[in-house]
Amino acid sequence: MARRNKKNSQDPIKESLLRKSISAKKDMFGRSLSLSALILIGVVVFSIFFFVLSRGLMAFTLDGINPFKFIFGTVWNPTTPDSNGNLQFGAFPMIVGSFLVTLLSALVATPFAIATALFMVELQSNWGKKIMHPVVELLVGIPSVVYGFIGLTVVVPLLRKTFGGSGFGILAGTIVLFVMILPTITSLTVDALRNVPNHYRELALAIGATRWQMIYKVILRAATPGILTAVVFGMARAFGEALAVQMVVGNAPIMPNGLLESASTLTSILTQGIGNTSDGSVQNDVLWTLATLLLIMSLFFNLIIRFIGKRTNITQGGH
Amino acid sequence: MKKNLIRIGIILIAVLALYYGSTHRGLTSNTVSSTHATTKNILIVGSTALQPLVEKASSMYEKENPNTSISVQGGGSGAGLTQVQAGSVQIGDSDIFASQEEGIKPSKIVDHKVAVVGIAPVVNKDINVSNLSMKQLRDIFTGKITNWKDVGGPDMAITVVNRSSGSGTRTVFEDSVLKGETAVKAQEQDSNGTVQKIISSTPGSISYLASGYISGKNLRAVKVDNVSLTTENIENNKWKIWGYEHMYTHGKAEGQTASFIKYFKSKKVQNGIVKELGYIPLAGMKVDKNSQGKVTSK
Repeated sequence: MARRNKKNSQDPIKESLLRKSISAKKDMFGRSLSLSALILIGVVVFSIFFFVLSRGLMAFTLDGINPFKFIFGTVWNPTTPDSNGNLQFGAFPMIVGSFLVTLLSALVATPFAIATALFMVELQSNWGKKIMHPVVELLVGIPSVVYGFIGLTVVVPLLRKTFGGSGFGILAGTIVLFVMILPTITSLTVDALRNVPNHYRELALAIGATRWQMIYKVILRAATPGILTAVVFGMARAFGEALAVQMVVGNAPIMPNGLLESASTLTSILTQGIGNTSDGSVQNDVLWTLATLLLIMSLFFNLIIRFIGKRTNITQGGH
Repeated sequence: MKKNLIRIGIILIAVLALYYGSTHRGLTSNTVSSTHATTKNILIVGSTALQPLVEKASSMYEKENPNTSISVQGGGSGAGLTQVQAGSVQIGDSDIFASQEEGIKPSKIVDHKVAVVGIAPVVNKDINVSNLSMKQLRDIFTGKITNWKDVGGPDMAITVVNRSSGSGTRTVFEDSVLKGETAVKAQEQDSNGTVQKIISSTPGSISYLASGYISGKNLRAVKVDNVSLTTENIENNKWKIWGYEHMYTHGKAEGQTASFIKYFKSKKVQNGIVKELGYIPLAGMKVDKNSQGKVTSK
């Protein structure tokens, strides 16, 4: 490039010093391209927040619903007025439903994920890397509707045969979500375990620890923040999952009074209702409020992840 | 100090923006007006129950009028009404009258009834109940009867499956059956297809389906007051649970939109695919039903 510049100009030294070289122009171009991409994304994110939040607040500002009653009310009856002629918007059953499926599935999935990850990293790292890792990554990419469909055709009838009832409910949702978030938690836990430096293992074994003692006393403790991050990631995915849960949870907007009774989550009521309500009606506004709750929760999960991410139990040695 | 001031400023602006945004519906709502219903490209959005019928009719229409293109989308009755009111589509399909939907101004849009749909209670095949009185049906769906033995069936709990609140089929069913009583809180599913699948596979379950979906060997329709769902019974209102399928246009239908609706109401479509897909042609109806559910003979 530089050579060609020299050849084309009449006063080569001055020209080349004063004029921007093509490389510099490319540099500028690249920089402005990535800057404008950044600005575009920033604008999109900001607009989504503004849009969802302002629509979500309309239920309180324009329709005059009491926010406290909205969050803690237990009766969800948006379309048919009760005997007093009032519609009731109590989102507590859905909030409880969402938290129940999220916490339960994370509770069940975490031990499995940690065990799988330990096997892949500590016990059989060759085999684990070659076979298990691609399998887990493949599982992460399966669309949620597939999980939901399997839940509807396999899990629900199985629960019905085993426990009676309709089979739909929190338990079915938990099982489907457990399978869904297991690969997410596993692959992030694998990363966390790999981040533990090798001298931790060597040191533990050198002072006479068994393999189990090394794993339990050293590796897992050092990797705790990473594993927690993995769990919270899994929970965030579970909390926001709509389709798969909607297919198996039964979508009855009532307080869950058992794991086998039909219940509902924020997402399932939202996806079911949005096509049946018209823009500008109370029924539509409260769905936006549910969306706002979901957005706030995902922010909350993000905050937790950042908070945990700052802590680490690993020191890099070299005193 | 300066940093804090900037932070407070940003928060203040955000709060003000949110306050303004949340009190002015026009800012974020779908209220753009208005395209006239005259274009060659017809966009149809709305009711999923009517969607298969409209899709078939539009592909037939496109064959006969090659320079018109029609695209048909689902989304639900509410979406159809919202978008046609805003003028962003030419036709909004709906299972219910516009006046039954909150937030819709019926004066802005014009109703075209295009077909009649019958809705019947369906039960899982294990339930040997073939007839229910209207009162029994109401008591089941309001939660007063919870066991099949109370209506002459086996000793088995009743699993009620509802459509999601606001769905057109549910609105028609509840208007005809519940008489203003509140439905029992039960499982809700968001389409005829899902309900069909669940009733077929869940012992002791009951729900309701549009006539086009009542098929399959694991479920059966139930007579109400000893009347079964047939075209003739709906036409003379012996079968009470039925409603209209509507096409709404923004203002008066013009141009291609008008001629498509006219085509849809023609004998060819009404006696052809409308019947084939389990709907009932308008022409045979001996009664009228208004948006309050009042029935008058023609």
